[in-house]
Amino acid sequence: MFDFTKVTNWIDALLLSFLPGWAATLVECVLVALVIITLYAVFAIILIYMERKICAFFQCRLGPNRVGKWGSIQVLADVLKMLTKEIIDMKNVDRLLHKMAPFLVIVASMLTFACLPWNKGAGVIDFNIGIFFFLAAGSIGVVGILLAGWSSNNKYALIGAMRSGAQIISYEVSIGLVMLTMIVLTGTMSFSEICQQQADLGWNIFRGHIPAALAFIVYLIAGNAECNRGPFDMPEAESELTAGYHVEYSGMHFGFYYLAEYLNLFICAGIASTIFLGGWAPLHIWGLDGFNHVMDYIPGAVWMVGKTFFVVFLLMWIRWTFPRLRIDQLLALEWKYLMPLSLVLLVVMALCVSLGLTF
Amino acid sequence: MEVKKRAKIKSFPYEEFKDNETYEKLVQELNANGANVIVTQLDNLIDWGRSNSLWPLTFATSCCGIEFMAVCAARYDIARFGFEVTRNSPRQADVILVSGTITTKMAPVLKRLYDQMADPKYVVAVGGCAISGGPFTKSYHVLKGVDKIIPVDVYVPGCPPRPESFLYGMMQLQRKVKVEQFFGTTNKKQKEPKE
Amino acid sequence: MTLDNIKTLEPAQLRQEMEGLKAKGFDFLSNLIGMDWGKEGGLGVVYCVENTNTHEQQWLKTATADREQPVLPTVSDLWDIANIYEREAYDFYGIIFAGHPDMRRIFLREDWVGYPMRKDDKPEENNPLRMDNEPLADDTTEYSVAADGTVTTKKNTIFGPDDYVVNIGPQHPSTHGVLHFRVALEGEIIRKIDPVLGYIHRGVEKLNESYTYPQTLALTDRLDYLAAMQSRHALCMCIEKAMGIEVSERVQVVRTILDELQRIDSHILFFSCLCQDMGATTAFLYGFRDREKILDIFEETCGGRLIINYNTIGGLMADIHPNFQKRVKEFIPYMRKNIKEYHAIFTGNVIFQNRSKGIGPLTKEQAISFGCTGGTGRATGWANDVRKNHPYAAYDKVDFNQVLRENGDSFDRYMIRLDEILESLNIIEQLIDNIPEGNYKEKTKPIIKVPEGTYYQAVESSRGEFGVFLESKGDKSPYRLHYRSTGLPLVAAMDTACRGFKIADFVTIGGTMDYIVPDIDR
Repeated sequence: MFDFTKVTNWIDALLLSFLPGWAATLVECVLVALVIITLYAVFAIILIYMERKICAFFQCRLGPNRVGKWGSIQVLADVLKMLTKEIIDMKNVDRLLHKMAPFLVIVASMLTFACLPWNKGAGVIDFNIGIFFFLAAGSIGVVGILLAGWSSNNKYALIGAMRSGAQIISYEVSIGLVMLTMIVLTGTMSFSEICQQQADLGWNIFRGHIPAALAFIVYLIAGNAECNRGPFDMPEAESELTAGYHVEYSGMHFGFYYLAEYLNLFICAGIASTIFLGGWAPLHIWGLDGFNHVMDYIPGAVWMVGKTFFVVFLLMWIRWTFPRLRIDQLLALEWKYLMPLSLVLLVVMALCVSLGLTF
Repeated sequence: MEVKKRAKIKSFPYEEFKDNETYEKLVQELNANGANVIVTQLDNLIDWGRSNSLWPLTFATSCCGIEFMAVCAARYDIARFGFEVTRNSPRQADVILVSGTITTKMAPVLKRLYDQMADPKYVVAVGGCAISGGPFTKSYHVLKGVDKIIPVDVYVPGCPPRPESFLYGMMQLQRKVKVEQFFGTTNKKQKEPKE
Repeated sequence: MTLDNIKTLEPAQLRQEMEGLKAKGFDFLSNLIGMDWGKEGGLGVVYCVENTNTHEQQWLKTATADREQPVLPTVSDLWDIANIYEREAYDFYGIIFAGHPDMRRIFLREDWVGYPMRKDDKPEENNPLRMDNEPLADDTTEYSVAADGTVTTKKNTIFGPDDYVVNIGPQHPSTHGVLHFRVALEGEIIRKIDPVLGYIHRGVEKLNESYTYPQTLALTDRLDYLAAMQSRHALCMCIEKAMGIEVSERVQVVRTILDELQRIDSHILFFSCLCQDMGATTAFLYGFRDREKILDIFEETCGGRLIINYNTIGGLMADIHPNFQKRVKEFIPYMRKNIKEYHAIFTGNVIFQNRSKGIGPLTKEQAISFGCTGGTGRATGWANDVRKNHPYAAYDKVDFNQVLRENGDSFDRYMIRLDEILESLNIIEQLIDNIPEGNYKEKTKPIIKVPEGTYYQAVESSRGEFGVFLESKGDKSPYRLHYRSTGLPLVAAMDTACRGFKIADFVTIGGTMDYIVPDIDR
């Protein structure tokens, strides 16, 4: 397996050869930030295009096909338009909070995006409490949403934001518990170690067998709810609240919410693939050495992105099939079913691990 | 030649559009003071983006609204042009398709919706009612054309217009957007109505 | 049907007579029509009450000569729907109903001057285009008449200062048009709903008074555009019966088939929009895919997709297209197959079931009192199908079931419509091979003058009983042409159905009620 630290060490050494230590670190920080932001934008564009095409095919339509080949640069046009669109200044809003809210959302989403381990040795934010950091950073997003609803001085936005607050905070419980379940299995909170372990021992979803598979399902449901996507898109439930918490945002401020929605989906899927499906670890089947050897030739980043897009596809499939839940049903689903289930899973997993019943 | 190049719509020859004279006059007016080469290139880029991403506001008052839904649906599929992202909040929409009769009670609401939209914004008057009051023009409670209260970019006649004419109207709007200028000058849109 | 037995009552007798009728089982107020009979006849109201068991109709009328302050007694405490009908009469004719708790305008702006349907009113001169925001009062007036004839007023509150009122509409994706509900919320729970109508009030009834009969036909299609065939059918039938024109068997059968196709079209759209409102966008597209097949048939035979203009006085505009029978026969099995798909993708979905079962129920009594005909009424168990109760066209020749359900909740309202599609397919199947030969149009005089009299004709439109009330003075244009709106009772019942439910349920209830706004506002 190719180790990305070779590249990073080489760059580090190169920079240190003509720069003092602090300057080299600074340059590296800037470089990493640039790479992350570029990746962020590129993935957003790919995801939006993917969603529009996938939903079109589910719906017996063609989807964008006039801008570029197969409509492939449709989203670029959207981005250009969004960038040059007016951002309306409104009279009765809380100016500071109103302008701050979209940035909070996008910052939270970028921070969590940076947590993803792309390849062996290619994780931007990677330290011993990585999962904990991920959960903490992800929670900043809800503050942005609440602020957006509050500062807009609009009843629809307020209701949307309150729904969103209730929803995200509830589902955070499940996500936390499910992650705890997997931490019990892996014994570490660091993303790179989790991946390394899976590369050595097999994917967590196979290692933890039944509890892990159930935890994966719980994670998918809760993660989908975290992203405010259908069938859990209550906060922006179009038919009830027109556009929910971002009803008063225009131009690129709205664009930030739009981007963050898709990237959160990607991050949710990315974490799912890291924790359950092995991250950059290739698929190994016990006993088939030839096959495993071939699999090893596929770079880790391809595995990671491939798995993530697979999970994204699953989530989009759900999004375009199910009708929306109602807010009380949504909360009932969490507090009455998912949370008790994840508590049980935690206990079962702890028992499995302590009795040595995992692979 | 320049106009033709800029206003090119994929697989729809320039000559087949109706009313090219008005269009060319509009272009002449816009470029009356000449244009800078670099700025024009940037304008081209921005106009390309804008014209291919006209997100409509979900707005329908009557019959034409159902035809608009048909345009969004499987057979006609407005998504091919990238216009399927209908926004429910006027703040996020680029074009308002006034489809249906506008009554005098609705007129202030429509005006407000238009005012709530962020620039650049476009108006398409769809159907006889929105253009002139249509079959209800003699009524005491019907606005005789939305151009009395908001500036209209494209008129799509019909009662209701067929989905094909919706698409044709949207392509005409695209052509109009494609020759607009972003830098340096304001676009000479239709005058604000007096009433 | 010619109404030659309208009972004329003095305003003072009205209450007693109405109470008596209500007690005798006339529990469905199908029409309450404001009238202006000029200087001599005065301003008045025509009532139509129907016994829901025997389907017997009773027509009554009353009038007052006072044009300055016309006061009539209210019947809004006897029939719930009278509440909104009387507000309509007040709005158009300025008739004050003593004892009505909420005497506000309903269609026109609150600062509107004059009463447009009065023959001597000049609405356009008094009302220039007002571009300021519309005033919406939070309180309303109740008029009452003392024993000595003086009129006193009392203030009633609609929304108090503590109510958290959210405006749903006039521009809102879930209202299916420009309908405005002021909703008082407590958290997510709906406390009260006050509908504000008239955003698409096009003054059709007033326009008709200046149009010739063939001209009036054009406007019916645009009322309820998903029942264009049926509405126009009703008006044509009304005029034909008034003039004594017998249309051929062929016309009857073709009209029946097209009515049923239109019903399927409307119900598919209902399904699509409900799915869209509830967030299942893919099912929305499935509905539209199938709807296009019907539109193809319409287009071939009638030339139009949505506004069809096919029926005409004395028959049809043109004969059916040679492909018509073939296309329809292809469509029947296709649609039967796809109904199964609808059930698979949406009906069986647990989220949908949870969101619709037990949501927004109406009891049979409520449905009758509100006059909620059509699928909404039949979901409560009220057998109100005009096709069965007062057969017209070729409906007495075909065998079909009236689909009824028990609970009256959103799920039943939804299922009724899907089942009715199958019933309609049965009707079409019985008729499509047996279209008799004959004229597709009877010859009529170039200028149509309906003989003096009062006429009424009801049909079962896509969403309930659509009635045409025609009063003629023998001229070439009608003296009064009133349409019984199918959607107005449904909107009136929204408050009752939604109270205590969540704001998300509002969307479900509104969707399953299935109203079309231009038909409400006319």
